[in-house]
Amino acid sequence: MDQLVTFAEQWIWLVIALPLAGFVFNHFLGSRLPEPLAGVIATLASGSAFVVALVAALPWIDGGRHGVTVELWDWMPSIGAEFEILWDPLSIAMTLLVTGVGTLIHLYSVGYMHGDGRFSRYFTYLNLFATSMLILVLANNFAMVFLGWEAVGMCSYLLISFWYTKPVAAEAGKKAFVVNRIGDFGFILGLVAVFAFFGTMSFDEVLVEPGAVLDQNWATAIGIAFLVAAIGKSAQIPLYVWLPDAMAGPTPASALIHAATMVTAGVYLIARSAAIFDLSETALMAVATVGALTALWAAIIAMGQNDIKGVLAYSTISQLGYMVVGVGSAAFTAGIFHLITHGVFKALLFLGAGSVIHSMGDEQDMRKMGGLLKKMPVTGWTMAVATLAIAGIPPLAGFWSKDEILSAAFNRGGYYQFIWALGIITAVLTAFYMTRWFVLVFLGEPRWDSDAHPHESPGVMTLPLVLLAVGAAVIGVINTPWRLGFEHFLEPSFESIHLQHAAEGTIAWVIAGIATIGAIAGVAFGYLTYRNRERKERFERGASRLLSGAERGFGVDGFYGKRVVAPLAATAEASARFDSKVVDGAVNGLAALVAKAGTALQPLQSGFVRSYGVGLVAGTLVLVVWFVMRGV
Amino acid sequence: MEISVISLLIGVAIAAAIIVSLLPARRPELPIPVGLLLSLIPVAIAGWMFWEFESSAGIQFAEFLTIYEPWGIAWNVGVDGLSMPMVLITTILVPVSIGASSSISDRPRLFVTMILLLEAATLGVFVALDLIVFYVFFEFVLVPMTFLIGIWGSENRIYAAVKFFLYTAFGSLLMLGGIIALVLTASAGGVPSFAWQDLVGLGLPESTQLWLFAAFGIAFAIKVPLVPVHTWLPDAHVQAPTAGSVLLAGVLLKMGTYGLLRFNVILFPEAAVQAVPVMATLAVIGIVYGAAVAIVQPDLKKLVAYSSISHLGFIVLGIFALTGAGLEGAVIQNVNHAITTGALFLLVGMLYERRHTKLIADYGGVAKNAPILAGMFLFMSLASIGVPGLNGFVGEFLVLVGAGRTLPVWTVIAATGVILAAIYLLWAYQRVFTGEPDKEENKTIKDLHFGEIALFVPLVALVLVLGLYPNVLLEKITPTTDAILEHLEATTDYEVPDTIELTPIGEVEQDHG
Repeated sequence: MDQLVTFAEQWIWLVIALPLAGFVFNHFLGSRLPEPLAGVIATLASGSAFVVALVAALPWIDGGRHGVTVELWDWMPSIGAEFEILWDPLSIAMTLLVTGVGTLIHLYSVGYMHGDGRFSRYFTYLNLFATSMLILVLANNFAMVFLGWEAVGMCSYLLISFWYTKPVAAEAGKKAFVVNRIGDFGFILGLVAVFAFFGTMSFDEVLVEPGAVLDQNWATAIGIAFLVAAIGKSAQIPLYVWLPDAMAGPTPASALIHAATMVTAGVYLIARSAAIFDLSETALMAVATVGALTALWAAIIAMGQNDIKGVLAYSTISQLGYMVVGVGSAAFTAGIFHLITHGVFKALLFLGAGSVIHSMGDEQDMRKMGGLLKKMPVTGWTMAVATLAIAGIPPLAGFWSKDEILSAAFNRGGYYQFIWALGIITAVLTAFYMTRWFVLVFLGEPRWDSDAHPHESPGVMTLPLVLLAVGAAVIGVINTPWRLGFEHFLEPSFESIHLQHAAEGTIAWVIAGIATIGAIAGVAFGYLTYRNRERKERFERGASRLLSGAERGFGVDGFYGKRVVAPLAATAEASARFDSKVVDGAVNGLAALVAKAGTALQPLQSGFVRSYGVGLVAGTLVLVVWFVMRGV
Repeated sequence: MEISVISLLIGVAIAAAIIVSLLPARRPELPIPVGLLLSLIPVAIAGWMFWEFESSAGIQFAEFLTIYEPWGIAWNVGVDGLSMPMVLITTILVPVSIGASSSISDRPRLFVTMILLLEAATLGVFVALDLIVFYVFFEFVLVPMTFLIGIWGSENRIYAAVKFFLYTAFGSLLMLGGIIALVLTASAGGVPSFAWQDLVGLGLPESTQLWLFAAFGIAFAIKVPLVPVHTWLPDAHVQAPTAGSVLLAGVLLKMGTYGLLRFNVILFPEAAVQAVPVMATLAVIGIVYGAAVAIVQPDLKKLVAYSSISHLGFIVLGIFALTGAGLEGAVIQNVNHAITTGALFLLVGMLYERRHTKLIADYGGVAKNAPILAGMFLFMSLASIGVPGLNGFVGEFLVLVGAGRTLPVWTVIAATGVILAAIYLLWAYQRVFTGEPDKEENKTIKDLHFGEIALFVPLVALVLVLGLYPNVLLEKITPTTDAILEHLEATTDYEVPDTIELTPIGEVEQDHG
């Protein structure tokens, strides 16, 4: 074991360097390689990082071992921001998710991006993303987290607007970046405050005992600042609007960035800063409230979406809300547990959606699908597993992690039982809209356009689906109420924190029972409603106002456009007019006045240079005399 | 006799200007390549200086040669952590600017001569430690730049050139008055000295300091420029030829921020401490206002020009934060802004050469046919926006965390600048480069050719090196900025705040326990 710890200390930088090498290689040579090669190299780069991470993780798997830090080089030493890696259970969990799921998505992309004119460019972005995300999760100081945080945002921008000749894609990319920047504003202010009080960005000094430095108000303030950051990156209310638009990017990129990894960075940030949140009940409650409201709100919108990726996008927002509830309930390990299981089953769902879109000739409207299970059995059955997993049907992955969060919230008592109730409602809705999604796409009569020829995707795409489906089915067992293996594994990262644990004994069974009944009811209601055309139409008529509102996202985007963007644009316009008319106008007016006076006083004007010379001397003299007289 | 390296550096630039001006007039193809090659010699000299430059405070490579003893004027030059980075980046930007001027067909010999003279003058500004020498260089910079704008500029070049000249000449006039008044006061009837070293730590009365601070400060504020004395900048940039814009943004504006540090803060410490609220407010107005105006500019070059106003606001905020991180950030941001904004002006120039328009609305879908040009623009935009890992981040972040301790409210407002920067640059990128090229002219646009790409190689390398290993500069800057703070603490009541002390939760709990 000690040898493996040494291995980790010596070689863990490879986890970042390998995808980076893939990026550099493909950036310069990728476009000259025959098509699959660039993708294969990118996949190997990501895969080898996974292998290194796995080996380096072995000493920690049993739990109880503290993290190690590895300093690489100086970055901004005066603020305690070095390139320094922290290899502890929390970063191990994140790294394995990013490289593991990431590698499968790389592999899948080799098939999905086949024939695209910028095939190799896509893989450079994917590798660069992996590099950035790994910097984020492996950082040992806040500035380096912020480096990864911004870099993943940049990769997200590049991948959303990958098909940049489509105006929608270009607009969505910019929107994502700008909305995220609002969150980053919060992050920066949080870091400014951290530096003001701690004089460093390093986790070693900030997170060990922040209670010895911060007072109550500032612990809350920093917590809220980080929450704002998380609201941007993890697409929570009110900044979630960029994520549905982000679906304009290639679907596997959505799976990796906008479902499994990048969007969870906000949750990770809160979990990593647990020591600060631990000091402020107010900050925790704010976090939990944002999460619960987002979970519910996005689930309602997901019920009315007709785009196969649209449902998944809102579902991601909703599930991120659960994770935020988890960390907001001080159940940091439960939040991270859900982050991991969701990473697996949501990546699977997106890849499945991609498989469908691929075979339907880029059709994304579910009203033009149906009955695809027969044509695409592997995709269909893996999606069935994923749907049940996210719906929270035991013993699939989503059940365990969601139950852990809800149980912890309930157990925390008081206000958190209200949060728990919102979570249960959301769980029912989740089961319902995901079943609707599955039924509309895979069951019932075909409603395809006449030129559609759906077919199963190639093996390079279905293999990742199968592997992820196995994961979605079984990964929950790493943490069950009988054997809290994952929680035990993570504990060294949360040593000094008052961790909120899930309920125990009878209550635990009751809570799990309620969640399970809710999930089954949601699935059953969704299946019965959407499997039968008459019942479907009756339901859609009855709930038409809700569903049509949900389909439009309740007009939130339009509201922002009118109430936020338009006034800001008007202010900018007014500033520009003010600048050219008033500020510059005053200068030009003054110049004209001087010129006139000059002409009046000096009829025999002798040209520009000479009058400047005279002015220079005269003016200087006047000034000197004046200064001297003032007794300077 | 020992050849002193700074004289050599400036001498080489002047010699290069003379050599180019003597090239035969019937060979118009010569000045650009010859000028480019000659301008690499200062890069080598400055590079050697940077290599040899020790990470310690104090003037290095100092030279002192009396010019006129009765008045105490001397060829008194040298570099420290404030000027060394600027000397290096100035020499690097000159060959890039000359290389980007191959489309100049009108009197190329004179054009290159002017650029090399400009280089000599700006280097003089950064190394001068005698206030008269400084003033002469500071003024002399105006001459070649005014010609560059007035002769090789666009339609409205005369207006812009005169405006540029008058605006900044007005400022320097005030400064000259300030210099003379300062030296007269300092010498108090004895032998005057214009040596900066002799003028540090005079312990002038506060009111005197304030007046002198204002006289110098207005000159530098115009140069930076700070709102509301900024309106010469957009006109000058829009009209200037590409090389002029690159050097204007990259080097000339920095004479303002450099001057604020070298003279206002160091010579008039009491006044500098007093002036913090005013200067910080002007800086923050510049950040937000410059960015807001940039968003809606229809002209791409004007947009980049206004973005400069916003970025320079960060530098001024960093200076007047009067903390270690703030000062470091300000100095390194001087360099970083020179690189990214210089590169953006180069790219705007390359677009202009292809399409003969700077209006954003005339573009669209350029990335499809010119992916390298688009990629480069995006890369430099992201660096300018302050994406960490690239250079722009380091300076702005240090400024913000540095200012957070002393100017919390200003810092919060300044931080909105990071949102606005993303809006104006990415929106501009979107409109110029993305979508399908719908206008005929944009369908045939050519991508960057080899020679153009080569110009970006040093800039891209600097963006990455300074983004990922800024310590290469910071370690040479920090001793000087630390010394400035010590000087401030020694000469005024100001104390650089350590971390802010709170009554920690832990103690409260112990009290109750």
